Amino acid sequence: MTANIHERGARGLSVPRFVSNDLGGKIGLALLAVILLVAVLGPELAPNDSNAFVGIPGQGPGGSSPLGLDFLGRDVLSRVLSGGRSTLLLGGAATLLIYAVGVPIGLAAGYATSALDPLLMRTVDVFLSIPALLVMLLFVTAFGGGRGILVLAVVVVLFPGVARIVRAATSEVATTGYVDAAAARGETAPAILRREILPNIMSPLVADLGIRFGWSIILIASVNFLGLGLKPPTSDWGLMISENRDIISINPVALVAPAIVLALLIIAVNLLGDAYVRQLDRSGAQR
Amino acid sequence: MGNPSLSPAGVPTSPHQGSSSHPVLWFVLRRTATGIATLFVISILIFLATNVLPGNAAEVILGRNANPTQVRALEAKLDLNRSPVSQYFTWLGGLIHGSFGRSAVAEAQHRPDSAISATLASPLGNSLVLALLTAAILIPMTLLFGLLAGIHAGRKLDHAISLPSLVTGGLPEFVMATLLIFVFFNVLDVLPPVALLDPGESALSHPDALVLPVVTLLAAAIGAGIRQVRAGMVEVLKADYVDFARLNGVDERRVLIRYALRNALAPSVQIIAQNLQYLVGGIIIVESVFAFPGIGTYLVNAVTTRDVAEVQAAAMLLAGLYIGINVVADLIVVLLVPRLRTGLT
Repeated sequence: MTANIHERGARGLSVPRFVSNDLGGKIGLALLAVILLVAVLGPELAPNDSNAFVGIPGQGPGGSSPLGLDFLGRDVLSRVLSGGRSTLLLGGAATLLIYAVGVPIGLAAGYATSALDPLLMRTVDVFLSIPALLVMLLFVTAFGGGRGILVLAVVVVLFPGVARIVRAATSEVATTGYVDAAAARGETAPAILRREILPNIMSPLVADLGIRFGWSIILIASVNFLGLGLKPPTSDWGLMISENRDIISINPVALVAPAIVLALLIIAVNLLGDAYVRQLDRSGAQR
Repeated sequence: MGNPSLSPAGVPTSPHQGSSSHPVLWFVLRRTATGIATLFVISILIFLATNVLPGNAAEVILGRNANPTQVRALEAKLDLNRSPVSQYFTWLGGLIHGSFGRSAVAEAQHRPDSAISATLASPLGNSLVLALLTAAILIPMTLLFGLLAGIHAGRKLDHAISLPSLVTGGLPEFVMATLLIFVFFNVLDVLPPVALLDPGESALSHPDALVLPVVTLLAAAIGAGIRQVRAGMVEVLKADYVDFARLNGVDERRVLIRYALRNALAPSVQIIAQNLQYLVGGIIIVESVFAFPGIGTYLVNAVTTRDVAEVQAAAMLLAGLYIGINVVADLIVVLLVPRLRTGLT
């Protein structure tokens, strides 16, 4: 992977190429597209209001509700269709912020020859030294389980990984001739980082994107599942699985349906990420 | 690509002055000290997180309409009326002596068992049973399947091992658990959907209840480990000494066992450590899914009821275990793999 860090061409890896050359990538993209469509259009397509009580709690699939009703008698299909937006929006927002925090810290640590590097990296080490879910739970204990807090907690848990990757790639690129040349031209450190270094460390960053997005979704969904995140009556896939646990023997579809959508989303993200890494390996091997 | 898991955190890359006589001893001391320092920082973070809310724990527990005398009495009992710094050091002092303080909820309800050390023992024991049982299956399976996939890299057996573990490894535990419950409870009706135990009952007295929690943890953890072991084996099989052994006419089985296996297994200490570390975090959610009365369920309940002392105790235990596993693994690697010691002198 390290070989690609120096490749300007690696940046030109077009999305279609790593998808079209790869069966896993194709399946991943198709799955992700379907789930995105469901998340965006789902609330409009939902036959019922996601919070309307339409029948007997726990009623099995049939008639106007193909997935049956949940523990309060709400339509499971409508709730699954409405539950995607918050999952994808929170996961997406967290991922963006993870990079907004992790990339500058990694760049600074990788390029700095001062005391900044060990200081930043030891701080990162501390965040990496306890289980991710434990950090999430501590955040929720401290600030409650609102949307902003969930996103913030995920950022704290996942930015250290990005900072590490960026730092490693940066310190490698920082010793190359074109960076020395830019420094000799008298360019400032921020300009060098933005124009010379950042474009050349994109491959490992993009390869990591899928993992971070998947983890963001999993961590938020896990806290919601534990009943410590978003509050009812929000229709959220993680929350739906836990709140319907008591009716598992009556209408298991109320749990299985959100579990399957969530599983497909994670699998899609992972397949795409793996396809990108495979493409990097291939283009690295050709040279 | 190198194998990043081979070099433990903290192994100095440059010669270290003042340690030339006992480099290994120096490393052991340094690594242990780093672990303790990290745990100290974590203890501050845990204390801050559990005390940051402006609302008073006593009020939260007694309810908004509690009369002020009651609130003040509970505050005094739990030392909540002193400064945060003083509270922190009292708590830390207690931790060092093995005392986790008293549960605020239990105090408010006048339960006799308000000492956390007493209520923590049973969930901790249950969690250990779950985690050790999982580890006893997980570790040999990871090594076996990883090595097999590595030896047969790119062939059918490799795909048969790698593909399923790739899919299951990515899923959140509660999703995996839900799907397993659906298959084994709803469809096949052979296993219970929860792992409830009576108070004081050993987790081992209900082996059928342990099956799904263990399988969930296995499914979640095994993929990453297999991938690492496989990558290690693939790399070793490309090494010059394996080629030379083959060119010298050494029997293929002997090449695998004498030359490849030994070197491929060297990073396994780190992989085992990662598996154990995963379990420390993984049990939190898996226990909750199956209502298994372990330390994870204890923690989640404590967060739900906002029982500060209980959250602190469970969080410190889990964090301590996590860091401890990391330190021990680093030490074992340096003691086992002589090659790394040269980096220490």
